[in-house]
Amino acid sequence: MGEMEQLRKEAESLKDEITAARKAVQDLTLQDHVAGTAVVGRVQLKTRKTLRGHLSKIYAVHWGDSKLCVSASQDGKLIVWDSYTTNKVHAIPLKSSWVMTCAYAPSGNMVACGGLDNMCSIYNLKGKDGNVKVMRELAAHTGYLSCCRFLNDNEIITSSGDCTCVLWDIETGSQKTVFAGHLGDCMSLGVAPDFNTFISGACDFTAKLWDIRDGQCRQTFGGHESDINAIGFFPNGNAVITGSDDASCKLYDLRSDQELITYQDSGIMCGVTSLAPSLSGRLILAGYDDFNCNIWDSLKAERVGVLSGHDNRVSCIGVTPDGMACCTGSWDSFLKIWN
Amino acid sequence: MSGSSNIVAMKKVVQQLRFEANINRVKVSQAAAELQQFCIQNALQDPLLTGVSSSTNPFRTQKVCSFL
Repeated sequence: MGEMEQLRKEAESLKDEITAARKAVQDLTLQDHVAGTAVVGRVQLKTRKTLRGHLSKIYAVHWGDSKLCVSASQDGKLIVWDSYTTNKVHAIPLKSSWVMTCAYAPSGNMVACGGLDNMCSIYNLKGKDGNVKVMRELAAHTGYLSCCRFLNDNEIITSSGDCTCVLWDIETGSQKTVFAGHLGDCMSLGVAPDFNTFISGACDFTAKLWDIRDGQCRQTFGGHESDINAIGFFPNGNAVITGSDDASCKLYDLRSDQELITYQDSGIMCGVTSLAPSLSGRLILAGYDDFNCNIWDSLKAERVGVLSGHDNRVSCIGVTPDGMACCTGSWDSFLKIWN
Repeated sequence: MSGSSNIVAMKKVVQQLRFEANINRVKVSQAAAELQQFCIQNALQDPLLTGVSSSTNPFRTQKVCSFL
């Protein structure tokens, strides 16, 4: 038997070992455990604010704190909004209008964006003369930038269509760590509440958990039947939620290393574009290609609400850090704040 | 030679699978209990779940009432 054939056999046998190990701890299913729990009551959220100003499709939104958020549109602008007043705090013109993602630094000092230019551009919001300027252009990816998230003012993680994720040093503009392993475009990433790990979802239908400091892929989760477009941590950091083109969302538990529940409905046949859990994790808000956002009871896997109001695809969603509201962004060029 | 780079790549795949196979796994019953517990413990502090009264809703413009 050739070496390649031997390695292939070993890989198959290890995959079987993982499947068996996961089954071995499946003493109960999540459904069994919550059988006695009632579904949450109907959740009816209303649009409280509509943020108008973008001239084209909105691709991303990210909360900086519970009042300020940044949005990115293919009109070539990043807008920082005061969501309480709907005022535009900053309107930042971009070099490349083909933006696909944006992020707000936890400190509130910077924002970042990127897209088909394959770069992640960092903007300093607190420059001395009050003007917002490009602080750094992080270039090295050989594919589009699909998502980015700040760890702090000097470190940011990016995911790319080149199938890798990268941890950057913003000051030097260099790649600290390259996270390689996905076999398809990386579409989305989420940082753990304790900032030690992050998760990535990709077009190879898997989600991977990575150790930020040693670069190791710790766990890989399969089960989806198409591209994973959206990913996020359950608020306690012990589970991961994914949204896919296969029209379903899934919850994977990190400690038992397996899928616990799927959120799907025979009436939903379009892809999930975005998702965000509520503060307690009990609700999962997910944006879909059919212009709606569905609200799921995360434990009972039942739909408990719908946010309808956009006239085109809901491309992005985010819940404020204080859990008070969620923001949806759409290809209809508007952002809506709901609670 | 492309043959040997395929073998190097495959060795990495096997190494990664071996790593993932060896992690500790907690019983699903325990994991499920902890997820549910977290939801219950934080339910009352989850505004999207409990609802937000207009007086405490930062997104609701305050209407001022005055006695004439």
